[in-house]
Amino acid sequence: MGLLYGLLAVGLALIFGLMDVTNFAHGEFLMLAMYLTFFLFMFWAVDPLLSIPIVAAGMFVFGAVIYLIIIRFAMRAKANIGMVQIFATFGLAILMRGLAQFFFTPDYRSIPASMLGGKTISVFGVFLPVPQLVGALISIAAFGALYFFMKKTDFGRALEATREDAGAVALVGIDKNKVFALGWGLGSALIGLAGGVMAIFFYIYPDVGASFALIAYVTVALGGFGSVFGAFAGGIIVGLVEATTAMILPPSLKSVGIYAVYLLVVFIRPRGLFGSI
Amino acid sequence: MDSFTQRRRRDLILAGFLAAIAACVPFFVKDVYVQNIMVLTLMYAALSQAWNILSGYCGQISLGHALYFGLGAYTTALLFTKFGVLPWFGMLAGGAISSVIALALGYPTFRLRGHYFVIATIVIAEIGFLLFHNWDYAGAALGIDIPVRGDSWAKFQFTRSKLPFYYFALVFCCVAWLITWWLEDSKWGFWWRAVKDNPDAAESLGVVVFNSKMGAAAVSAFLTAIGGAFYAQFVSYIDPESVMTFQFSLLMALPAVLGGIGTLWGPVLGAVILIPMTELTRSFIGGSGRGVDLILYGAVIVLISLARPDGLIGLFSRRPASKGVPQ
Repeated sequence: MGLLYGLLAVGLALIFGLMDVTNFAHGEFLMLAMYLTFFLFMFWAVDPLLSIPIVAAGMFVFGAVIYLIIIRFAMRAKANIGMVQIFATFGLAILMRGLAQFFFTPDYRSIPASMLGGKTISVFGVFLPVPQLVGALISIAAFGALYFFMKKTDFGRALEATREDAGAVALVGIDKNKVFALGWGLGSALIGLAGGVMAIFFYIYPDVGASFALIAYVTVALGGFGSVFGAFAGGIIVGLVEATTAMILPPSLKSVGIYAVYLLVVFIRPRGLFGSI
Repeated sequence: MDSFTQRRRRDLILAGFLAAIAACVPFFVKDVYVQNIMVLTLMYAALSQAWNILSGYCGQISLGHALYFGLGAYTTALLFTKFGVLPWFGMLAGGAISSVIALALGYPTFRLRGHYFVIATIVIAEIGFLLFHNWDYAGAALGIDIPVRGDSWAKFQFTRSKLPFYYFALVFCCVAWLITWWLEDSKWGFWWRAVKDNPDAAESLGVVVFNSKMGAAAVSAFLTAIGGAFYAQFVSYIDPESVMTFQFSLLMALPAVLGGIGTLWGPVLGAVILIPMTELTRSFIGGSGRGVDLILYGAVIVLISLARPDGLIGLFSRRPASKGVPQ
């Protein structure tokens, strides 16, 4: 089921590759989405599967707000723009982790049961856990929707154009901040989707994001920055490589395979598999 | 406007003055807890200075310096515990190994640009972390306990007082600063700034871009490993979690970023502000276990990086950072 994990990483990392902004807090975005799912379940007994759209909507707002209050200023920096982004988002990550510890306590939590929990179905003689399968389907659907969105709608084109040349789009009357705020909202909503699904089968605790952040980052870079399709392909490759490595090496070394593949790919092709920048 | 040479002379005098003050501070500050923070501050100032050489001056942003730090710490600790080699030699060996590895890694990675390079440095350091985490000879996840063999400069162990560590850290910090100071006006220093500003233009003007990156990487890795070796002796216990994680790479970069990237004084200023702040929030507020220290720490990093993208050093000079070079 490494494949599914790869698909989830795509949802997590898509927009950040598209917008060329380094976001070291995306693991913490994922953590927040998982907590949202958890609390919806605890307080209102909303099944994680049903709460996914709610979480995604909540994360959309959260992402847009974070853009407006932090990232907008980070992108305005004249010097060291890359470093400012890295450290502004890194600070945000620490801040969010601290807040999560403060409000949610460092305890490990999990969602005890959902409509899907623990069920398996048999496909061609292979037993697949239902939550993972649903997660995979949601990821594919989300990818399809995003791909369509990026290629076919005005907003998608505006986003792409803004990333390429913010000065030029301003001349044709596109508000850069509005486009990027929506882009951040959309990216965060995708993280919300991933978080909603992952909350079903992972423990939830304040540091949970950190364990996924680097892999998501590698996924995007592996596929190549600036390519939606690349991120999707990168996700599948990461999932497969992780599953393969887990069979050969001890479990604690399973990420080594992913990192090694990343290095191999960029050494041969320095802009990732499908990258445009 | 004073000239570049004048500024460099003034920097040197100021550095000597500050070092003299720092050397006297322990006569007045006897509190062991405060001394501990001062040692860490000096160590991070030096580490950040080392990071600054590669990432600040040469513009190759590395977020994998924990690898070199860990290599320095592990080389010293392993040589000492397994073979009884004195830490001084272990320190040099660690530095040499780190430099060689930095060169070997630089060969393929320096072809990468932007995010691809940054991620490669993170990923390489992470592989190093995972390997040490699983390497039984080096204690795997449990790490290495460095046995106490009595207080002496020869063995570089001091259990009764922090002062020897303080003075070593001070010398280390001064050496790192002096090396940066010296390099700033050397052929390498000019090459690095050229590579940082515009690698293509630099190449066309005859700068050997690749070699100058390699040079920066080797110096930077060597100094970082010395810091690692020092840290291993200072805390006398190392494990992969404490010396090789990604968080640690960021911690080394933060003082330079907050103080001012690619400047002589940035890392020093950043460390003096950041490290005491980190330690104090951790011990006075962090004890509650509820993350208030993280909230404050995170908020300060966000605010400073947004408010002063050039680094805090900009507050002290009317001239924009890294533009004090005459034609």
